[in-house]
Amino acid sequence: MIEVKNLYKSFNGVEILKDVSATFENGKTSLIIGQSGSGKTVFLKCLLGLFEPEKGVIAFDGRIHTELEIKKKRKLREEIGMVFQGSALYDSLTVEENVMFPIKMFTNKSAKEMLFRVNEVLERVNLENSNKKLPSELSGGMKKRVAIARAIVMKPRYLFCDEPNSGLDPQTSTVIDNLIREITIENDIITIINSHDMNSVMEIGDKIILLKNGLKAWEGTKDEIFYTDNEAVSSFVYSSNLFKKVKEVYTGNFK
Amino acid sequence: MNYLEHTGKYFMMLKQVFKRPQKWSIFKEMLFREIEDIGINSIGITAFISFFVGGVVVIQMALNLENPFIPRYLIGYATRMSLVLEFSPTLMSIILAGKVGSYITSSIGTMRVTEQIDALEVMGVNSLNYLVLPKIIASVIFYPLVVTLGIFLGIYGGLVAGNITDLIGTPDYITGLRTDLEPFHFTYSMIKTVVFAFVIATIPAYHGYYVKGGSLEVGRASTKAVVWTSVVIIVLNYFLTQMLLS
Repeated sequence: MIEVKNLYKSFNGVEILKDVSATFENGKTSLIIGQSGSGKTVFLKCLLGLFEPEKGVIAFDGRIHTELEIKKKRKLREEIGMVFQGSALYDSLTVEENVMFPIKMFTNKSAKEMLFRVNEVLERVNLENSNKKLPSELSGGMKKRVAIARAIVMKPRYLFCDEPNSGLDPQTSTVIDNLIREITIENDIITIINSHDMNSVMEIGDKIILLKNGLKAWEGTKDEIFYTDNEAVSSFVYSSNLFKKVKEVYTGNFK
Repeated sequence: MNYLEHTGKYFMMLKQVFKRPQKWSIFKEMLFREIEDIGINSIGITAFISFFVGGVVVIQMALNLENPFIPRYLIGYATRMSLVLEFSPTLMSIILAGKVGSYITSSIGTMRVTEQIDALEVMGVNSLNYLVLPKIIASVIFYPLVVTLGIFLGIYGGLVAGNITDLIGTPDYITGLRTDLEPFHFTYSMIKTVVFAFVIATIPAYHGYYVKGGSLEVGRASTKAVVWTSVVIIVLNYFLTQMLLS
């Protein structure tokens, strides 16, 4: 379980996160949603340890991130997989080398064992025959799948995804969403996704947290989102006519 | 941000860079890649420039020392001194600052703006050590070889130009090259080269690593890195010369 208590972060006096608390459980996909500039990415980067929060506690299964010694912090980071918004694949390395990188860096496995694991995860993300391709030769969806493969190759306990669907067509987005959800359930890991894609919310959101102006404005499940009268949810989720209609159908008020 | 803050941040960066590599096999792999990218790939331009500059130095020396009281062999002597003391270590380093410096800043800067450095950090990799240390070691090991090659090719270029233009014959030129040979001048040249190689690898790395924004900012950072690397080389050249030769 990841527990976040009273997280506070500011940049040059501008408050980005104000007293945000949340818990994230194993085997569940949690989505952080909110408008651009609401603090989603800063929240995720605080969890990842890329930003140091000024106040608050982040505990990974009881291990408080900010209080860990460097060695233990590094060990914890080996348990984290991250899918970046732009995939963040290493340009000069092939798909195989990209996925192999964490194993090569942190384990002493033989070349044969490493290749076996790489092929295993590439098969899992349906990229069996792309080992020798460079990131520049891949489509957006393929890059995301390689990024997912790299994130899960070390069998992480925590998986973070920053807008995994940005720039993808709806069909590919659904493939990526389902892949993330399946991996979460199969491996019983904690998955936290930053997104403003409402399709993802409806597809895989076991838990949804809405951030607004750095505050947690709402928390619930994808079913509860249809019945809440929270103003922040209404203004964010139902800003599109499509979702207004979806809500009407879902709640039986469709005319 | 003022200069003092940049200087402090630069030295803080170096503190992170000079840590034990997390995995020696990966470090070795990166080192060989950098030797190829920033060392071997610089040989061509270095050889080309050195050869022609050597020729130009001989022609200019010969035309300016056109006096019956000045022995011809001094042309060879002056050419050797110019190439060993100044041209090869300093000017070659400034040329490499342009070529290699912009490559280092843009490659690291692009990794920064495309979150590749964040990806390394999230995995628990010391990104400064992983990215910058192999570049420093590759430069410091390889540039003395490049500069030595530059000295020899410059001298050879001078010999060829002297013969083609008939301004100085081979025996006079070789006598000049051997006159008052001072081995410390080569040591001085190599000391300067090693210091400049360190500067060429670290200042552009600093500018690339801390870049913020997008591709435009990476371009600006590359320009800034080349300018600052050249300025630092020129200033250090003055102090090193005063320290080592005066």
